[in-house]
Amino acid sequence: MIEIKDIYKNFGEKQVLKGISTVFETGKTNLVIGRSGSGKTVLVKTVSGLETATSGEIFYDGRQLSTMNDHQTTALKREIGMVFQGGALFDSLTVAENVKFPLLMFSKMSNAEMDKRVDFCLERVALPNTHKLYASELSGGMRKRVAIARAIVANPKYLFCDEPNSGLDPQTSILIDKLIKEITEELNITTIINTHDMNSVLEIGEHIVFINEGHLWWEGNRHEVITCQNKELNDFLFNNEITKRLKQ
Amino acid sequence: MKKLINTVGEYFMLLGKVLRKPDNWKAFRRQLFYELKVLGIDSLPIACIISAFVGAAVVIQFAASLSNPIYPTWITGYTTRKAIMLEFAPTMIGLVLAGKVGSRIASELGTMRITEQIDALNIMGVNSANYLIFPKIVAFVLSSPVIVILSVFSALAGGWLFGMISGAMSSYEFLDGVQLEFDSYDMFYGMAKGLVYNFIIASVSSYRGYTVTGGALEVGQASTRAVVESCIVLIAANLALTSILI
Repeated sequence: MIEIKDIYKNFGEKQVLKGISTVFETGKTNLVIGRSGSGKTVLVKTVSGLETATSGEIFYDGRQLSTMNDHQTTALKREIGMVFQGGALFDSLTVAENVKFPLLMFSKMSNAEMDKRVDFCLERVALPNTHKLYASELSGGMRKRVAIARAIVANPKYLFCDEPNSGLDPQTSILIDKLIKEITEELNITTIINTHDMNSVLEIGEHIVFINEGHLWWEGNRHEVITCQNKELNDFLFNNEITKRLKQ
Repeated sequence: MKKLINTVGEYFMLLGKVLRKPDNWKAFRRQLFYELKVLGIDSLPIACIISAFVGAAVVIQFAASLSNPIYPTWITGYTTRKAIMLEFAPTMIGLVLAGKVGSRIASELGTMRITEQIDALNIMGVNSANYLIFPKIVAFVLSSPVIVILSVFSALAGGWLFGMISGAMSSYEFLDGVQLEFDSYDMFYGMAKGLVYNFIIASVSSYRGYTVTGGALEVGQASTRAVVESCIVLIAANLALTSILI
């Protein structure tokens, strides 16, 4: 579980996050949604530790991020997996080497054990027999799946996904969503997904946080989204004729 | 002025993160060997080719300037050796490598930054500055003596060959001058300069690449700045080292 309390984040004089508090529960897919520029990426990066909050507190299963020393922060980071928007795969490494990388850096596994774990993760994301391919040889969907395999290879407790569906066709988007949801339930991890994909909201939104102009505007789940009367949320999600009819 | 102080401060703060014990020695060794190849060994051909031509040009200049019979016959070989070992081999090759290696490092790290590969390392708990930059600095500094020595030999060989072909002097006169009063301190002097220059090139270029923000345009700008700033710092260091070591 990740709990955030009254998070503010400023870049110079610009205030991007304005006092956000919520709880991201374990075993659930937590979605952070909002318009471009609303602050959702900054929120996810701040919670994951890639950015430092200007004020406010973040607790990882009761462990306060701001009071941790370097050693504790490094240890916490090894419990985190992250899927970046473009995959962020290392260009100079093959698929297998990319997935193996976190294990090579920090685990005490033997080489055979690491290879076995890599095989398992690649099969889990439905990419067997891709071990020797380089990132440049992969499609967008494959890159995302390799990124997911790399994020889960070291058995993380927390999984962050930054727009995992961006640039993908609707069918592949649904596959990626389902994969993330299944992995979250299987590994019982805390997953936070930053997205503005309507399908994701309705398919896997077990806990949805709507950010608008840096404020937490609304929170609920995918069922409550349909019935909610929040104007900004409705304008954001149900913004064309088909979705408006769905809402009605 | 404030911006310059900020930049220098950021550079030293980055060095503070870089010059630490690696998270994983095996990974460091693997990166080090890779960087020794791409930064060191791959730089040797261009260093040798340029040195040979510079050596030839230096011999022609000296032979023309010192053609008066008042000077001894060995003077061209002697002054060529001194000039190449003390100044041309380390400094000129340093400037050439600032272009080749500096732009490579800055664009590689800059691309990794904008494609979030550096963020990916950070989120895994890897000290990305240490993992990416430390092997580059160590590899390029370790390559330095080899580059300088080969550069000196190439320059002298180029000078000897072109001096003979052009008829500027005889082989005996040149080789006699080159060997006359050889002082091993000159070699130490050239290599010491090379070590400092290579550290400057690798660290300044890494700083520029690592701190890129934006997109492809900014990576290109960072690459250019890395080369320009490396050259300026290198020339300033040359003045300081010459004053100290001579």
